[in-house]
Amino acid sequence: MTLRVSRRQFFKLGAAGMASSSMAMMGFAPEPAVASVRHFKLSGAKITRNTCTYCSVGCGLLLYSRGDASINNIDDIYHVEGDPDHPVSRGSLCPKGAGVLDFIKSRSRLSHPLVREPGSNEWKRISWNEALNRIARHMKDDRDANFVTQDENGNTVNHWLTTGFLAASASSNETATLTHKVVRSLGMLAFDNQARV
Amino acid sequence: MTNHWVDIRNADLILSMGGNSAEAHPVGFRWVMEAKYRNNARLISVDPRFTRTGAVADFHAEIRTGTDIMFLGGLINYLIETDQIHHEYVSNYTDAALIVREEFGFEDGLFTGFDATAGQYDKETWHYEVDEQGFARRDDTLQHPRCVYQLMRQHYSRYTLDMVETVCGTPRHKIQRVWDMIAETARTGQTMTILYALGWTQHSIGSQIIRTGAIVQLLLGNMGMLGGGVNALRGHSNIQGLTDLGLLSNLLPGYMSLAKAEEQDYRAYIEERVRQPLLPDEVSYWRHYERFHVSLMKSWFGDAATEANNWCYDWLPKLKADLYDVLHTFHRMSLGEVNGYFCQGFNPLASFPHKAKVTAALSNLKYLVVMDPLATETAEFWKDHGEYHSVNPEEIQTEVFRLPTTCFAEEDGAIVNSARWLQWHWAAAPPPGEARPDVEILGGLFHRLQYMYREEGGVFPDPILNLTWPYRRPDSPGPSELAREYNGWALQDVHDENGNLLCRAGEQLPDFGALRADGSTSCGCWIYSGAWTEEGNQMARRDNSDPYGIGMTLGWAWSWPVNRRILYNRASARPDGTPWSQDKALIWWNGSRWVGADVPDFPKQTPPSAGLGPFIMNQTGRGQLFARDRMAEGPFPEHYEPFESPIGMNPLHPDNPLAKNNPAARVFEVDRENFGTFEEFPHAATTYRLTEHFHFWTTHALLNSIMQPEKFVEIGSTLAEELGIERGDRVRVSSKRGYIDAVAVVTKRIRPLQVAGQTVHQVGIPIHWGFKGVAKKARLTNELTPFVGDANTQTPEFKSFLVRVEKL
Repeated sequence: MTLRVSRRQFFKLGAAGMASSSMAMMGFAPEPAVASVRHFKLSGAKITRNTCTYCSVGCGLLLYSRGDASINNIDDIYHVEGDPDHPVSRGSLCPKGAGVLDFIKSRSRLSHPLVREPGSNEWKRISWNEALNRIARHMKDDRDANFVTQDENGNTVNHWLTTGFLAASASSNETATLTHKVVRSLGMLAFDNQARV
Repeated sequence: MTNHWVDIRNADLILSMGGNSAEAHPVGFRWVMEAKYRNNARLISVDPRFTRTGAVADFHAEIRTGTDIMFLGGLINYLIETDQIHHEYVSNYTDAALIVREEFGFEDGLFTGFDATAGQYDKETWHYEVDEQGFARRDDTLQHPRCVYQLMRQHYSRYTLDMVETVCGTPRHKIQRVWDMIAETARTGQTMTILYALGWTQHSIGSQIIRTGAIVQLLLGNMGMLGGGVNALRGHSNIQGLTDLGLLSNLLPGYMSLAKAEEQDYRAYIEERVRQPLLPDEVSYWRHYERFHVSLMKSWFGDAATEANNWCYDWLPKLKADLYDVLHTFHRMSLGEVNGYFCQGFNPLASFPHKAKVTAALSNLKYLVVMDPLATETAEFWKDHGEYHSVNPEEIQTEVFRLPTTCFAEEDGAIVNSARWLQWHWAAAPPPGEARPDVEILGGLFHRLQYMYREEGGVFPDPILNLTWPYRRPDSPGPSELAREYNGWALQDVHDENGNLLCRAGEQLPDFGALRADGSTSCGCWIYSGAWTEEGNQMARRDNSDPYGIGMTLGWAWSWPVNRRILYNRASARPDGTPWSQDKALIWWNGSRWVGADVPDFPKQTPPSAGLGPFIMNQTGRGQLFARDRMAEGPFPEHYEPFESPIGMNPLHPDNPLAKNNPAARVFEVDRENFGTFEEFPHAATTYRLTEHFHFWTTHALLNSIMQPEKFVEIGSTLAEELGIERGDRVRVSSKRGYIDAVAVVTKRIRPLQVAGQTVHQVGIPIHWGFKGVAKKARLTNELTPFVGDANTQTPEFKSFLVRVEKL
């Protein structure tokens, strides 16, 4: 039987007076030869395949998270590595990609809907329901007031020019598909993304 | 990219111009280094600054920002006059032999048809001479004085070595050296790849710079080749996807376009876009436009789209302006013509030119909705941030909503890299707090609107009430459902022309070949058809085997169109169907069909003897040296000065003020007054990005902010000496529109240039750092930049403008 001892404990024990090799002979052995700080840190992690969203090379990412999806146990990403199978990046990441955890967990991440009322100097927390109701009301009022069905030459134009939409070039194809569908069904033309900026 | 990242390793020569991939795309750049090690390739860097790419290049040449057409136009002249072009390729695969209309001409910097009042061209004469059947006339000897080849030769005869040196400021021995290295790739079996990014696009002549690069590649026979192509490295991770999906003012998914107001007739709209061949029998694949269009309308409007109502043609908004791009929209906003605005993962206050104008414009809005994972500058445009952003909140009546969204790590989906690969990813963790995916926010808004239109009525509710919504959980459409939707499915059984069943009703379509114009197929984006078939999600594939050993991993993810990795790859083989050279073999004719390492970009069973051209999307089947009416400022690229020029004139046309800057560029009068002159602002400035930062995101990330904590500008040591600036001093950089303060990095990497008899100093300004986040606060770089864009795309001229540098 081998006692389970972490590497750190093992070296501590060693430092306490006995030579490590003799301890191993006594049945105290560290985890297998691949043992390293990284191994311990990552063992038991869930690994999720993802793609870096910084530039457009599209490097493969492996996101390591803890948690087993059971109730009250929230997954938490705590390590990121390059995907060694990826034919372009082959496991490497640039200084941005390697540090992407600091983006995912940035202190600037938003967590609740907020509103800034006209003329106010502060944010106020609101519920999703209130936010979406108020925004939808603004949209409908503006669309109804300013939608153009025919231009001055009698051409059917059916467009709405007084509200515009900037879409995100870091969002997924699926987000983009739904965005385009919704925006055009409303008749919007002032529609753009980072492709031209 | 016409090619792909790994393919760079197959190049013999890499031209990095209008980009600095070692800095901005470091992992992709490893394939450049691989080409150097493996293929003995050489790397050329042409850039205003000696960059990280320059540092590992075999040869670096400095250039004045915004003069790339001059540099490459001179190269075209040199290639033609010294007869270093790939003759067989040029005669067979380009439009060099086609004859242009007699009325077409170019004089004193302007092409025929210029209307100085409107600032636009009538492009009537920019066309080939056609015969009775509508086919272009040709002269295969290339001797006809009006054939494209001779006209191009004449056009660039003005681009002499002397003129290039005068305009670009590049020392002549360096120009000559670069041209000689490039000319070597005209030899069969030698290929050059061009890597460019925003350094080419962000100019008032950006699109034409890229066209000049494409002409060079066609003359050298480098298009469609292994290790060749014109490769846009692109900026954002899914900018390719958003472009493919048409999230731009005038587009529909798959590069289809919205109608102009005058295009009232559906049939005429389709016929205008169904591009008929200009040479007999050519493929001209856009001839199937209606199949793509009708399938899109079925995808959006389902049963409501019928042949009787022209597939809901009237429901699509019609254009009254060429584009409703961001400059156009923010200009209208500044005039009070816009009431509401959505910023989904986009930070326009930081990203758009002339920040003072953008702030004033946003202040005119009634409501602003920001959907973002981060606390952006835009969301707080109304808040006083002191010296970095000074406003009075009480005067700003905009209601601002800030909605928290997920980021990539918290959602499933596909993003498309610059090589057109759709790669699927999976969520690893839930988002912080109450943050929601964008699709859920859009779904929530849309359902509220739909409900209100149903209950209250309102203006033109039809498209809102009839929009398809085939999602299991209507408030939260699933990424896999949306992906299946853009791939498309059959609404009825689909048969081929011989009556064979291609696809049963209800099945996912195998590819866009199955699309029909009779309403029997539904497809959200025709070029993505094949991404999620009956075989499942092709974007999630992870077979990285490379059977031919040339970096072609067709089993990894999925690339549009139809999993093809190198566009125009028919041109990699000779007219007779054999590869130009064995070590550049990509696809070839095996006697009965096209086979090889890539999915052939050609009808699979059409033999070489049919003589069809390899560029199957073009009406001529050939690479277009002559752009016809497709570009705003002319069929051949011409050098025009940036709107803020450090020499104040165009040396090519010193006596014609109309030809100083791009004559077809759109400039709003109020912005013209905000252009500075070189007398007042003598230094030529260009903006750029750093490897440690990504736009305005990473100033919110601690590690990145530790690596590059503070705003700086790069100033050449000669200029610094003149101005008494030492390394580390604080300096103020001003333009006609605003100023920024930053630390001076005094460097030998930027050299003074001799341009048209003057000394021009260039200044490099990174764009990162604003007034939010964890890095040191700074005024946004776009305080400085001019409000004018490229004449075709309206991409702002961020790369060439005038500033004055002073020591603080």
